[in-house]
Amino acid sequence: MRTLLALVEDKPGVLNRTASLFRRRAFNIESLTVGHTEQPGVSRMTIVVDSKKTDANKVAQNLYKLVNVIKVEDITERPCVMRDLALIKVKANGGGSRSEVLQIVDTFRARVVDVSPDTLMIEVTGTEDKIDGLVEVLRPYGIIELVRTGRVAMVRGSGNGK
Amino acid sequence: MKRTGAQIVWKMLGREGADVAFGIPGGAIMHMYHPRQDYKVHHILMRHEQCAAHAADGYARVSGKVGVAIATSGPGATNLVTGIATAMMDSSPIVCITGQVPTQVIGTDAFQETDITGITLPITKHNYLVTDVDDLAYTIHEAFYVARSGRPGPVLIDLPKDVQIAETDFVPPKDGIEMPGYHPAGPGDLDLVQKAAEIINAAQRPVILAGHGVMMSGAMDALRAFVEKTSTPVSWTLLGKGAFPESHPLAGAMMGMHGEAFANHAIQEADLLLAFGMRFSDRVTGKLDCYAPKARKIHVDLDAAELNKRVQADVAILGDLRQVLEQLLPLVEKTPHSEWLAQIDEWRKDSHDRDIVNRPNDEYLVAPQFIDAICEATEGKAILVTDVGQHQMWAAQYYHSDQSNYFITSGGLGTMGFGLPAAIGAQAAQPDREVWAIVGDGGFQMTMQDLATLVQENLPVKVALSNNSYLGMVRQWQELFYDKRYEATDLWANPDFVKLVEAYGIRAWRATNLKEAIKAIEEARAHPGPAVVEFQIIKEGDEGNVYPMVAANRALDDMIRRPVSSDEPHLYE
Repeated sequence: MRTLLALVEDKPGVLNRTASLFRRRAFNIESLTVGHTEQPGVSRMTIVVDSKKTDANKVAQNLYKLVNVIKVEDITERPCVMRDLALIKVKANGGGSRSEVLQIVDTFRARVVDVSPDTLMIEVTGTEDKIDGLVEVLRPYGIIELVRTGRVAMVRGSGNGK
Repeated sequence: MKRTGAQIVWKMLGREGADVAFGIPGGAIMHMYHPRQDYKVHHILMRHEQCAAHAADGYARVSGKVGVAIATSGPGATNLVTGIATAMMDSSPIVCITGQVPTQVIGTDAFQETDITGITLPITKHNYLVTDVDDLAYTIHEAFYVARSGRPGPVLIDLPKDVQIAETDFVPPKDGIEMPGYHPAGPGDLDLVQKAAEIINAAQRPVILAGHGVMMSGAMDALRAFVEKTSTPVSWTLLGKGAFPESHPLAGAMMGMHGEAFANHAIQEADLLLAFGMRFSDRVTGKLDCYAPKARKIHVDLDAAELNKRVQADVAILGDLRQVLEQLLPLVEKTPHSEWLAQIDEWRKDSHDRDIVNRPNDEYLVAPQFIDAICEATEGKAILVTDVGQHQMWAAQYYHSDQSNYFITSGGLGTMGFGLPAAIGAQAAQPDREVWAIVGDGGFQMTMQDLATLVQENLPVKVALSNNSYLGMVRQWQELFYDKRYEATDLWANPDFVKLVEAYGIRAWRATNLKEAIKAIEEARAHPGPAVVEFQIIKEGDEGNVYPMVAANRALDDMIRRPVSSDEPHLYE
């Protein structure tokens, strides 16, 4: 897996242009997140590609063909913090299951953000591996709904990635 | 002073250097057309929007300026699509302006509404939907800049009707461009240039592959200086025709699927390929696994995405070709390469002996004969615009010239119907030049309605219609690879082209042998207005096919050669 950061101008259609590029060049994208940055008018994308299927370098070169793309960087080899966030709604009614789930949540340093008589909604942040692990452990209890943001990443140290 | 969006468009087109625009009005663009007469830009009314885009493309390719095409919303805009895709594949700078339904009704399936920015997103270098008249002047300025800078390409501006009507204080945009992410490449990285020079100086059998980028970056003189200093032979891609003077002793020929055998042999035997402003298209390389197996590769291009895309380069230099060549020139050594050049000349002699124009006949006409005759008559000084198919390859093989930016053809997309409208654009850009459109009977019938545009503008384009009553290139493939089943390629219902052309009020001639061809060419040239010469050429057999030919998935030197005589077996053994 390679992780690319792309700083793009926050203009209408930029996400569409990016997605269209990935589709027409047959790039296989594992995850794509986009959001605002500290700088008005600039959005930041975190793009994860499976390097076995798609050459990350080609992705970067083609992104530069889009005139709204300001900078692309492959940060895979750099020391960085990578995080994924998941919300998981899991069955946890009376009996022993609720307390078991709460124990698991504690172990994974996740937190419960909503409670209903029969379910718990759990928020967890971490690497994809950690979240995969939590999902596997919760699966036997019955996962009702699951949503993940995809990877966001930031290089460690004092630079701002530009 | 308040100006409407419509007025701002014409004002800005003039400021950006457009003296001609090609288009067709319609409901959503009428308002923009309304003030046109008050401005200097000449408008040429086409007969199909596809032709407007091709004409803008032809205009751009011969003039080096940005071509402008205008269409209304919906069907007008979608008709542009083929022309835009053509310009995209061949890196041609055009700006298309389309009318759009008013902003208030966008997204409601209004009459003649279509999402043209969405549709053209993958086939434009960039596109814009202008929703505020205050953004209009700068958007046009930026659009022209994006179209012509870096690797040029088509840009589309979608202009809703209410924005054309809205008024604002017109403030001319400042010269600069505010695009934080858009920086066209300049000179190459010096370390890489140094590394390239070392490889060049060590090479024994180098070949230059000159592409469209040579002309795009204005590197013709720099290339020539490099070639003469290093005695490196030059071959070119289809779009690279014109990058290097063909009469030069170091000029090779077109390479690739229908390239000259000696040029392809040289590539396969070379120990160094210098790929200058070209992109190793599949039509150029043949089977990739066995492409130039003995050669190291140095690739210079200003589009990073082209480097190491199909062919892995030993040195890949991102940069503007002219600047990179100027960096290289002092670092490369004079090398005679005498043995290598002698070897290429030997191969060249063989190609020459097989050449179809060296087999004279009077009974029937073969296409190379009439193209050769046009070349003779015009002394290689005409602007040549082709359509797509067999005649296109023959034109590339048989029209020899020392000019640049004169061979206008749809290379990447291979768009049939390109020839006539692109010739209209070329002639509009260069009214005093002699423009020949070489077209086939198949492609001609895709856009021939624009004969009317020739009459209306009195553009003296000479059309050479190569008529074999077939979709000839497809027929050739059917003959060679599909058991001679001529499925859906026989154009037996063709009209009488001379009558048809005359119905437009255009002079027309018909030629069925070389003598008639030479006479008709002479008369067509002497005629002051537009003219069409129909050349009825041989339909089938060796002389009806384009050779040499590298069939699909064959190595570049595994060619079907031109036959020496009709008895010689020339197909694959």
